[in-house]
Amino acid sequence: MSTMELDFAIHKTLRSGQRRFTLDVDARVSGQRIVLLGPSGAGKSVTLKAIAGLMAPDAGHIRLNGQTLFDAASRIDLAAQQRNVAYVFQDYALFPHLNVRQNVGFGLKRGWFNPGAGQAQAEVDYWLDAFGLAAMAHQLPAELSGGQRQRTALARALVAKPSALLLDEPFSALDEALRETMRDELDALQKRLRIPMVLITHDPADAARFGDVVLHLRDGKVVCRTLGRCEEAAP
Amino acid sequence: MNGPAAIALLLSLKVALAATCINLVLGVGAGFILARSRFIGRDVLDSLLTLPMVMPPTVLGYYLLVLLGRRSALGAWLQDSFGFSFIFTWQGAAIAAAVVGFPLVFKPARAAFESVDGQLEQAARVLGVSGFSLFFRVTLPLAWRGILAGLLLAFARAMGEFGATLMVAGSIPGKTQTLSIAVYEAVQAGQDSLANELVVLTSAVCVAVLLIAGRLAPGRINGARP
Repeated sequence: MSTMELDFAIHKTLRSGQRRFTLDVDARVSGQRIVLLGPSGAGKSVTLKAIAGLMAPDAGHIRLNGQTLFDAASRIDLAAQQRNVAYVFQDYALFPHLNVRQNVGFGLKRGWFNPGAGQAQAEVDYWLDAFGLAAMAHQLPAELSGGQRQRTALARALVAKPSALLLDEPFSALDEALRETMRDELDALQKRLRIPMVLITHDPADAARFGDVVLHLRDGKVVCRTLGRCEEAAP
Repeated sequence: MNGPAAIALLLSLKVALAATCINLVLGVGAGFILARSRFIGRDVLDSLLTLPMVMPPTVLGYYLLVLLGRRSALGAWLQDSFGFSFIFTWQGAAIAAAVVGFPLVFKPARAAFESVDGQLEQAARVLGVSGFSLFFRVTLPLAWRGILAGLLLAFARAMGEFGATLMVAGSIPGKTQTLSIAVYEAVQAGQDSLANELVVLTSAVCVAVLLIAGRLAPGRINGARP
């Protein structure tokens, strides 16, 4: 799988007390690495959550590699569980009651119980080794460093062989030095796996590094598509 | 330990355990529903479900008599269909203790479910886990501490229940006479040595419950960290 076709039109109005936010984004892009760039409050997270199936748009459609994930007109709305996309949350959302091994193996286990604390699974071991996490497999997320948490979150996301990787501000929780290291790691990982990814960020440095395609978002709208600086669209 | 005290203790434990089991299902269930759903009248329902905490137990007992007594529709149906009545039985005492202790489980359970980070549940959904699996693998383990604290409180409250139990189940030695009622009866009858024994026994049980609660206290339970 090399390039990803992502075609979406997402309309959603969010209300919080007196405040109202209208998201109205649409784009049809293909590429292996797509970046949504914009300041906080631009609607990046809502867009990514809609693609993942964690938030239902009011109207529009979302198609990934020709598969319709959501279509308001024909009432298609695949559950998050059925979309086969992986999502890495901004602060990683690791399960605090499960150790690294259990976190990574979480998605492979079905049924009412979590994987056992020491339960060996070939795929889990593979990813623990790949991310250098084998030595801390028995530690809880609270005992990990920022970089280790991100590696755990990535391993947990990749273990189920998703068709796309969605990343919400993957480097914002890290300090500057570690941020550069983790950018290199993600870059190398993506090139090795050739897994399509959608990354959202407020940091132009991330866009420069990962943006085969860059969509600039402002106030709930796509204002332009460019690799470089976006000239503000005239109001 | 002589007969009557041991019998009253065992009965109290049986009633308190049954009441706690009832609240494990109903109190935790109600806490989950009110934490997760939005509907009109939710605040009113919350207040109604908290009422047993502020109402006198004798009033609650009276309501239960009206609801479960032989002259009520439910009581008559139970009597006609199964030949069973809650009135003057240990099961009735368990119902009374469960009602009195309900808010002690429901309130902390609701707060515990509300404190679970919704993002963790979203993460689980993206990983393909949903429904009951999601509840038992993510939500419940993260809310468990608060729920357990409430259950222990409700158990202790059920052990000490007096007013509502007396109204619904009466004071039949060996059948519905729990420890706290037995103490009252012993003092009324001037049986000081029996009263002393019952009081010491009750205190010992209370200390034991507290010690157990301490062992299960927050820091020792997995998944405590934010």
